[in-house]
Amino acid sequence: MQIHIPTPLRAYTKQNIVEANGATLADLFADLDRQFPGMRFRVINEQGEIREHIKIFVNQSIAENLRAPLAPGDAVHIIAAISGG
Amino acid sequence: MAKANTGAVTLLIGTRKGAFVMKSDSARRAWKMSDGIMIGATINDMVMDHRGSRTILMSARTGHLGPTIFRSTDLGKTWKEATKPPAFPKAPEGEKGISVHHNFFVTPAHASEPGVWYVGTSPQGLFRSEDDGASWEPVSGFNDHPRFKEWWNPPDEGPPDGPTLHSVMIDPRDARHMYLCLSGGGVFESRDQGRDWHPLNKGQVSDFMPNPTAEVGHDPHCMKMHPLNPDRLYQQNHCGVYRMDRATAEWINIGKTLPKPYSDHSYPIVLHPRDPDTVWIFPLDGSFPLGRVSPGGKPAAFVSRNGGKNWKKQANGFPKSGGWFSVKRQAMNADNHDPLGLYLGTTSGEVWTSRDEGARWTRLATSLPEIYSVRAA
Repeated sequence: MQIHIPTPLRAYTKQNIVEANGATLADLFADLDRQFPGMRFRVINEQGEIREHIKIFVNQSIAENLRAPLAPGDAVHIIAAISGG
Repeated sequence: MAKANTGAVTLLIGTRKGAFVMKSDSARRAWKMSDGIMIGATINDMVMDHRGSRTILMSARTGHLGPTIFRSTDLGKTWKEATKPPAFPKAPEGEKGISVHHNFFVTPAHASEPGVWYVGTSPQGLFRSEDDGASWEPVSGFNDHPRFKEWWNPPDEGPPDGPTLHSVMIDPRDARHMYLCLSGGGVFESRDQGRDWHPLNKGQVSDFMPNPTAEVGHDPHCMKMHPLNPDRLYQQNHCGVYRMDRATAEWINIGKTLPKPYSDHSYPIVLHPRDPDTVWIFPLDGSFPLGRVSPGGKPAAFVSRNGGKNWKKQANGFPKSGGWFSVKRQAMNADNHDPLGLYLGTTSGEVWTSRDEGARWTRLATSLPEIYSVRAA
């Protein structure tokens, strides 16, 4: 499936859209970290929580945690949320 | 450390919005400023390995993307992120764990352990790298100490920038002998390279606590161990300036003789690397509600040449009025030249220096982002 990468993470991916796979967001980020080492910790903290200023959309729905299920053909957007002034 | 350095000085400057490097000529009169490094990331500390490798580590919080460590092995030309930044262990299922908000204090370990570094974090944790800063592991002897929850400030308590672990010091005579500080929490000592720790707070008086002389709960802002006499310790505390001669195991308040309106409340403390009796502080307004700026807008450093028995004001060159300086705990340090050079960075983005041990101050830089750390290399 296609993963849309925000600007701050393109230092890892060098691309704005990458391909990765998984049955859940947890699996997906394991795959992303294999492809782009270090990227997972930039989005997910050591307790397995999505960092406070990051949002992840699966298609049109915001994911609350890494248990969110995925299906082939889903589109995942990682958003570095607008925060601060 | 006893012999004075000569030649150019490199200043490593961490700010709220990136890092900068300033390099001097051999006379320390002409300085050049680098381009910004990692612009946008908050750099709490930036330290060069003085043991020979000259690796530079930066403790960073990268905005949306959380905390990490950046490292350079080519004197700052290129930077790589740590492959495994400091992180607390994942909590067991059903329990709430803690996560590193920002990496704060950075120091190389003992000279006998090349490539080993320590980092202190917020929330309070101690981490160790054995591969020159590339990967980091928690020091469980401290982070998981049976008494740790008595000592620390929980992440949602403490100062506005979060409770920090800072001022990690290793005795140059013995790699097993370590000190660290919790702000707040107090001073702690280990005699077995971090496997076990005990409080070392006797003599501190913290008037904000129900029991001002409690075993723990104190608020050391910055602590230094003298390199020639490692049994001579100094700290700038929330409630005073203290000295300990280790054999006494008791802190002595040496800040009471500071003249009003300069208080004994501040953040940094700087030692003379060749004289254990010489110490500098930069007093801020400590009155309620803690202005934390130079009293009356008249910045001044103070030096004691006798271990804190008395203090001399050093304001020559600073603004005589309208100088509302704030200087954070890692933003005032010294080189090792003769005479000693002093350097400080303000939260308003100015860098100041004295080439003559504080007798006269000159401004080196303006308009940087809020300065968090200044280290001379």
